[in-house]
Amino acid sequence: MDFLVANGAAILFYVFAAIAVVSALGVVAMRNPMYGAICLLTTFLAVAVLFLLRHAEFLAMVQIFVYGGGIMVLFLFVIMLINLHRLPEIRLFGRQSPLAGVLAVILTVFFGWFFLQTRFGPANPSPEKLVSFIDAQQQVQRLGNSQAVAWDLYTQHLLPFEIASIFLLIAMIGAVVLGRRL
Amino acid sequence: MPEITTHHFLVVSFLLFAIGVFGVVARKNMITVLMSIELVLNSVNINLIAFSYQFSDLTGQIFAIFTITVAAGEAAVGLGILIALFRLRETTILDQATELKG
Repeated sequence: MDFLVANGAAILFYVFAAIAVVSALGVVAMRNPMYGAICLLTTFLAVAVLFLLRHAEFLAMVQIFVYGGGIMVLFLFVIMLINLHRLPEIRLFGRQSPLAGVLAVILTVFFGWFFLQTRFGPANPSPEKLVSFIDAQQQVQRLGNSQAVAWDLYTQHLLPFEIASIFLLIAMIGAVVLGRRL
Repeated sequence: MPEITTHHFLVVSFLLFAIGVFGVVARKNMITVLMSIELVLNSVNINLIAFSYQFSDLTGQIFAIFTITVAAGEAAVGLGILIALFRLRETTILDQATELKG
């Protein structure tokens, strides 16, 4: 029990990182896209737990709502609409799959070699900055990650926020135009 | 048990990235290709969050919000293209969409 309490964050990290990677392999390896979508959902939820471990509580909830809710429903609806039973049995991977495997291994080795020998930034992160913000009277307020993110988003990054709303409008119109019956 | 550092998150991130890239290049079914793209975008989010914690700077989390926005738009448009392809060719196999082949 003491071991669990002392190493809770590390155990959570290893467990959910393993779940994320294994179910990501499932997304790529499953023949039926339905099972692939379920594996993708598992990956999203495991990654949300990884976000929680890095003091990104708001992002973890957004991950569950947007990915686990919205995007997953979109995928499942499309899998239902295209009626997979009529699809012919074909080989899972194309002719280019050995090349793709080589590419993936090269990416893994390169990133691993590059990242793991680099020392990043300050040795001791101060996560209290992620749950506080500075108000108009230049006072440090400590409320929570959601308030801190909202404060930063609506003061420092207002223009990208508005551009994102226009982007979503364009994506919505594009999806409607592409999806209508010709 | 050693403390969890940014490097641990980077390992998870580039494993997901490599799996996603393999799925995009190797798979023939367009639905799986789109799901692999989501994996790649998610691995980028892990990187942003890990470095946001490392440098105690909220900008990484803000950028992750925008990445999620772009991923949502990309999924909507990509699945719209998938529906259009299925109406045209009755298939989602990318090798069979050969209209532009000379």
